[in-house]
Amino acid sequence: MATILFYILAFTALAATAMCITRRNPVHAVIYLVNAFFALALLFFLLGAPLVAAWEVIIYAGAIMVLFLFIIMMLELAPHEERGGPGWLRWGPVLLLSLILLACTLLLMVLDPGGAAGVPSYYASPRVFGYALFRQYALAVEIVSFQLLFAAVGAFYVGKSEWGRRRKGGGR
Amino acid sequence: MIVPMGHILAFSGAMFLMGLACVLARRNLIMILIGVEIMLNAVGLTLAGASALWQKVDGQVFVIFLMAMTSAEVSISLAMVVYLRRRKGTVDANAFDGMKG
Repeated sequence: MATILFYILAFTALAATAMCITRRNPVHAVIYLVNAFFALALLFFLLGAPLVAAWEVIIYAGAIMVLFLFIIMMLELAPHEERGGPGWLRWGPVLLLSLILLACTLLLMVLDPGGAAGVPSYYASPRVFGYALFRQYALAVEIVSFQLLFAAVGAFYVGKSEWGRRRKGGGR
Repeated sequence: MIVPMGHILAFSGAMFLMGLACVLARRNLIMILIGVEIMLNAVGLTLAGASALWQKVDGQVFVIFLMAMTSAEVSISLAMVVYLRRRKGTVDANAFDGMKG
C-alpha cells in the first residue's frame, strides 16, 4: 500500500513542479510549489522521517513560501491583467492536485492511525533523532545557529543601507 | 525499503533537473530562487531515502541542516531582491549585467 502511495505522490509532486516552473505569474508558481512541498512531506513520512515531514510543512510550505508571497506582493510582481480563457483553467489543476494530496493523507490516516505500521522497514523515532541531533551533531547545530544569526544580520544590513541613503536625501 | 532506491533517485533526479531548468531558463529573480528551492528539496529527498536505505538517522539530520541552510539563503536572497528592485526598478536578471559577466 505504501508503495502505491509513494508512486502516486511522486507523480503528483512532479506534476506540481512542472506546473510551477512554467507559470508566468509568480503567485501561481508559489501556489503550485506549496502543493509539491505537501507531496514531498508525505513522501518523507513514507520514508520513515515523520519529524522531517512535519518541518517540511511548517518551515517550507508555512514560512518560506509565505515569505516569497510577501515579497511578490510587496514589490507588486504579479501581472495585473487577467489572461483570457475560462476560469477553471486557472484554478482547476491546483484544485485537482490538492484533492489528490488530501485523499492520500486521509488514506494514510485511515489505514494507519498510529503512523508506524505503514513504514515497515525503518522509522526514526523522536528519541533516536534527538540523540543523534544534539549529541553526535551538537557542533553542527551550533554552527547552523550561527549561520542563521549571520543571515539575519546580513538581511537587515542589505535592507537598511538603502533606507539610510534615502533618508539623507542622496540616493538614486 | 518501500520502493527501490533507484526509483527514489530517479524521482529526485527528475525534480532536481526541473529546478535546474527553472534556474537556467527563467529570467525573473523570484523564479530563479524558486528553482533553487526545488533543487534543495530534491536533494533532501535523496538524503531521506539514503537514511531509509542504510537504516541510519544521519540522513534525516542532514535534511534538518539543509532546511536551516535554506532558511538563511532565502532570507538573504529575498533581501537582495528587494534591494535590487529598489535600485533598478526591475527583477529581470538581464538588467543586472553591470559587471559584464
